Amino acid sequence: MSALRSRWPQTLGMAIVLGLVAFVIFGPLANLFLWAFAEKWYFPNRIPQEFGFSFWGRVFSPRGNALASLGTSIWIALLTVALSLAVAIPAGYALARLKLRWRGLILLAFLLPQAVPNLPVYVNIARVFYEIGLNGTILGVVLVHASHGLVLAVWIASAAFASVDPSLEEAARNMGASPWTCFRTVTLPLAAPGLIASAIFVFLESLDEFTGTYFVGVPDVTTLPLLMFNASMGGNYQIASITALLLLVPSIAFMLVVERFLKADVLAGVGR
Amino acid sequence: MPYLAIENVSVSYDGRTRVLDGVSLCVERGEMVALLGSSGCGKTTLLRSIAGFVIPEDGTIRVAGEDLTRLPPEKRATAMMFQSYALWPHMTVAGNIGYGLKMRGWKSDAIATRVGEMLKLLQLEGFTERLVTQLSGGQRQRVAMGRALAVDPHLLLLDEPMSNLDYKVRVELRHELRALQRRIGITAVYVTHDREEALTLADRIAVMDAGRIVQIGAPEEIYHRPESAFVAGFMGADNALDLVETAGGALAAAVAGTPEAARLRAHFRSDAAKLALQASGHAAGALLLPGIVAQSVYVGHGYRYRVRTDDAEVWVQAPERVAEGTAATVVVPREALLLFPARNP
Repeated sequence: MSALRSRWPQTLGMAIVLGLVAFVIFGPLANLFLWAFAEKWYFPNRIPQEFGFSFWGRVFSPRGNALASLGTSIWIALLTVALSLAVAIPAGYALARLKLRWRGLILLAFLLPQAVPNLPVYVNIARVFYEIGLNGTILGVVLVHASHGLVLAVWIASAAFASVDPSLEEAARNMGASPWTCFRTVTLPLAAPGLIASAIFVFLESLDEFTGTYFVGVPDVTTLPLLMFNASMGGNYQIASITALLLLVPSIAFMLVVERFLKADVLAGVGR
Repeated sequence: MPYLAIENVSVSYDGRTRVLDGVSLCVERGEMVALLGSSGCGKTTLLRSIAGFVIPEDGTIRVAGEDLTRLPPEKRATAMMFQSYALWPHMTVAGNIGYGLKMRGWKSDAIATRVGEMLKLLQLEGFTERLVTQLSGGQRQRVAMGRALAVDPHLLLLDEPMSNLDYKVRVELRHELRALQRRIGITAVYVTHDREEALTLADRIAVMDAGRIVQIGAPEEIYHRPESAFVAGFMGADNALDLVETAGGALAAAVAGTPEAARLRAHFRSDAAKLALQASGHAAGALLLPGIVAQSVYVGHGYRYRVRTDDAEVWVQAPERVAEGTAATVVVPREALLLFPARNP
């Protein structure tokens, strides 16, 4: 009894902290939900005066652009994933297996795009892209997204390859597999969970990306975040909220998948 | 001409550390040779250079007359069993055993037949579709064996394949492996640090030390006639002390001040000596070491005693119980003494 009594202040403290955290996380989300289904919501009302779906109809109407932007967003994200993996698989394997002298420096170099403030970088990329005709093209946006995605992709891929026991590869070579066959039948399948996880991270990162797209893609390439930005700048909170909810769907779905794929032993190897 | 001929093979890492230093070894067809030594002696490196994972900077390795010193691993008809088994966790038992056959372009029904034969040979029937992660250590070991044997290799290379098993399973599998190797008549090189394993498994043992083969011969020869103090010590004759030859031709423990040139290094096994409570009445020529029992350890079939003599400490095995602190004499028969020129200090 006494043990129980002495523990309840702790339990209460924990409950308060959890409640605050939940409020910080779910407060804005709740607001988002309310706006998505609000027909009328004027100051000073705490909750909308009228709920309904008329804005949903507008978003999904052919003139609403939402579906087209969603399509563009997904297409760009897929291309970004393809490009990132095309670089990350060989780079990650090399970083994990070969005895590279500058291994740490190379890993750091991939971090650079994250470390440097975004805006100056994008302004200059936009300038360069403008000169070579990449501004306003899907390829230009994909390149900008990939510069971000590569950090995650290379670091996670390197960890995924490092977690494959080299003697498993030696056994394959010993059984008559050429280096390429060995990679295809042993290394790649064993590293696949980590690679899939990194692909999903890159996909989500690209889907959410705003700043780079804004500088390089506007006005020809409109992704969902850009649509959302335009809507909220124009005071169209309903449209902005509904597009935001649209963006949430793939994020939550993939998070659940990632949670299954990314095993602790791969995560433990990130950056090693 | 020997089936496997290794001539003068040298390997260094980083161009500096010599791991193998001019090793030569011949293995006849159907023979099982154990490479025995402590960790870091180069035995695994030698095995890995036969498999092609290490390319020697010097020397040649030939199998059946074909020089494969510089061939990549997949071009050699060798099959290796790894210490960790190195079974592929994303494949079934059948997938693991059939992999090498697939690489050799076999048709899937032929592979299935061969895999079935292997499973029967290794008493693993019914495990075909099991994932290797669901198997016990002993079963994994058999699957690794099946994978290596399925491709009908010219040469079977075994890298301490039993070091991860329980003692009981290890002893069982040791005899099984020996019988299997005899039955299919495969040529094998077996790396181990366990002398008991080497003695029971091998036709010949090559003892390695510091990147060289220091002695090679039949197990009995290595055990009873070691050529150096190192081999004697490694093969279990771990009591070591310096002796001098007295005027009458008898041997006695060297005392402080005996010149190096007059000393002999003697090794003997603790179970070859006797512990006597009387100092007289022993066979002529036996080495007598009077001392005091410093420690006694029960070892199941008797006791092991640490006896402190004037200058040395020796271990003796005896069936009867003797209290610690008792004065006693260690009697080593002449034929149990392995004598070598004294080592340089």
